Amino acid sequence: MSSLDQVFVSAQTALFQLLPEALRPWAGIAVRIGVIAALAPAVMMYLTLFERKVIARMQNRFGPTRVGVYGLMQPLSDGLKMLIKEDIVPRHADRLLHMLAPVTAVAPVILLFAVLPIGRNMVAADLNVGLLYIFAVASVGSFAIFTGGWASRSKFSTLGAMRAVAQLISYEVPGALSVVALIMVTGTLSMVSIVDAQAARWFLFTPWGFVAGVMFFLCGVAECNRTPFDMPEAESELTAGFHTEYSGMKFALWYLAEFLEAFLVCGFTVTLFLGGWQGPAVPFWLLATLLAVIVGMAQKLPLPVRAVGVLVLAAAGLLWRADPIPSWLWFTAKTYALFFVLVWFRGTFPRLRADQLMGLAWKFFLPMALLNIFAAGVWVSYPFPMGTIASVLLLAAGAWGLVRINQPASSHAPRTYVLAD
Amino acid sequence: MQSTSDTQLLEISLGPQHPSTHGVFRMNAVLDGETIVKLKPVMGYLHRNHEQIGEHTSYIGSFPFTDRLDYFCAMSNNLGLALAIEKLGNIPVAERGEYLRIIMVELTRVLNHTAVTGFLLNDMGAFGTPLLYAFREREKILDLFEAASGSRMMCNYIRPGGVRIDVPEGWLQQARALVAGYPQFLDEFERLLTKNEIIRQRTQQVGILPKALAVNASITGPLLRATGVNYDVRKVDGYSIYPRFSYKVPLGSVGDVYDRYYVRILEMRESLKILQQALRDIPAGPAVSPKGQAMVKAPRTFRPPKGEVYSRIEAPKGELGFFLTSDGTPQPYRYHIRAPSFINLTVLEDMCLGYKVADAIIILGSIDIVLGEVDR
Repeated sequence: MSSLDQVFVSAQTALFQLLPEALRPWAGIAVRIGVIAALAPAVMMYLTLFERKVIARMQNRFGPTRVGVYGLMQPLSDGLKMLIKEDIVPRHADRLLHMLAPVTAVAPVILLFAVLPIGRNMVAADLNVGLLYIFAVASVGSFAIFTGGWASRSKFSTLGAMRAVAQLISYEVPGALSVVALIMVTGTLSMVSIVDAQAARWFLFTPWGFVAGVMFFLCGVAECNRTPFDMPEAESELTAGFHTEYSGMKFALWYLAEFLEAFLVCGFTVTLFLGGWQGPAVPFWLLATLLAVIVGMAQKLPLPVRAVGVLVLAAAGLLWRADPIPSWLWFTAKTYALFFVLVWFRGTFPRLRADQLMGLAWKFFLPMALLNIFAAGVWVSYPFPMGTIASVLLLAAGAWGLVRINQPASSHAPRTYVLAD
Repeated sequence: MQSTSDTQLLEISLGPQHPSTHGVFRMNAVLDGETIVKLKPVMGYLHRNHEQIGEHTSYIGSFPFTDRLDYFCAMSNNLGLALAIEKLGNIPVAERGEYLRIIMVELTRVLNHTAVTGFLLNDMGAFGTPLLYAFREREKILDLFEAASGSRMMCNYIRPGGVRIDVPEGWLQQARALVAGYPQFLDEFERLLTKNEIIRQRTQQVGILPKALAVNASITGPLLRATGVNYDVRKVDGYSIYPRFSYKVPLGSVGDVYDRYYVRILEMRESLKILQQALRDIPAGPAVSPKGQAMVKAPRTFRPPKGEVYSRIEAPKGELGFFLTSDGTPQPYRYHIRAPSFINLTVLEDMCLGYKVADAIIILGSIDIVLGEVDR
């Protein structure tokens, strides 16, 4: 029995043994494409459910509960609804571009999955320019949004598209600069090597890594247009921004792109700064037992399902009792935890204004990212206590100074409220 | 209009179907990039001939229609018309009825300000969470209204001479419990909102209404008081039994969106004080005076003497006035409403010019309009 960590890799190898030698490289490509194409929509569907459930709980609601147990079938019903909805194209819209835009939005996002290492030896393509590839492919998304907004021939869409282009391009700059520090320290652009470099310590726990990680994540949030940076779609201002004039499956494609992008932002932040698939060596049987208890106590599931679930988990726990928690589970757990943070933002933050958003990118993130490169240099050049202390001081002073410079004069002036008779 | 660069101005129609115009309201905005250079409010999409109908029905017959004016504050609208009719027909009010009216109207104020704060946050883009927190509390007040009047929003409860029917047994206890627990909710709400950095950035120094303009445009309600003008009809006119209660009028200083938000929070706290006193002092006895009761039983027998009357109250949104002209018949010759939502909306353009589209949305939200009242 192969180890749990490599179970998918071993399964693939075993399958390929059955094929003739000449076909194996092609089969490898086909399997990778197949897995990504099948997983991406499934991931997206359950992200929507996850988001709806979590936000509902933050708002004293239950969220979807009607379709399936715990509303688990809700994404399927939503998908079906989207499929059978009428596809409306505005009369004066550019029909071709209107149709192409959502496709152009989804395609690069799915391409990005190729360089995401979701476990040890589990990456579709270990490009040696992985990081560059991410930024190159992700930036195509702004074309898609602008095309869609422009082709709709609606002023709301156009405004949304204009905001989107301004925002996406602005946030690409500090986003890209924040990983320069990372490239400098690791000396590689390959995602796999970056994860390997974090075996001893996650980069988030270094001074420059913390700043870069937070900035990369926030820039990512801005890139995928989510609260508090959801200016391009700002439903309370621009009805729905660039996708106002979309309906049916095209609209679903925009959502697919947005959710997958949000997922990928979490995935890449985990990969680059949170150790990727690395995790402490906790024995697997502990997790299996915990999950078995949770499944066993889930009162709304039918009894046979619970029984089978508990048995399967118990068997898995027994079978792989010597193994640590597998790398792909670590990666998934971290990514979803980060996605929870995104949902948390969405559930609690009001939106910034467009100009404040630009101000944040150009006046705070950009200088901070440049300073961070310098801080990373200091951290690398000097040994432990000196380098760390110097870079922490440098970054703290920089952040403090930038906040002071950028603070509007009016804010935080004490306000007086008279209680008159 | 000199634009900042060699670009075109963009004319955009926000509404009448728009998620943040609070109904069928339309703003024709001209934008330079994102900055508003011109903004014209367009009203009338919800016009329902309320005043004309009022002139063709008995005085009492207009009460159910007043519920639909500002459908968040049915009780205040009822009170406004009831006071006007009482003034016209010289109808005395039962003592218990007076107290019940004050309780209902102040609960309405709390309800309205809670809801509007939630809506304001929604306009700012918070994904419904503050709104649902606000609505959770609003539901509790609506439950009380339902127990008293039989309807949650279209209460049709306050009548000339008092109220339609006395509150059920145990109602006052429930109301006391609600009033006692409400400050905790306000504290929670404030902890989440008042010092929130994004909210401050979005609302402070945005949509400033100059004091002089506010007075000249006859703006009333929290919108006026946020600019620092001490004008509250409850204090100025001392109608009903308001002079018996001790409460303050919160005033802002800058007159921006943040001040309007905070003045509303403070007003809720003052309303709770009035509620506490009213719930403590409420006497026993009939809830409606005999003359009022007789009028309700036979509406067509109520023929007020010839004359005209203007009566006003401090509704949650501002000064709500009812103007009635009697020609001695059972129905008014002229029936007019001074709707605070409508009058307050007239300064929208002045507040929005030079700000961004996103600001215009929250400025509109901070005015606190209900289209049922704007268009009548």
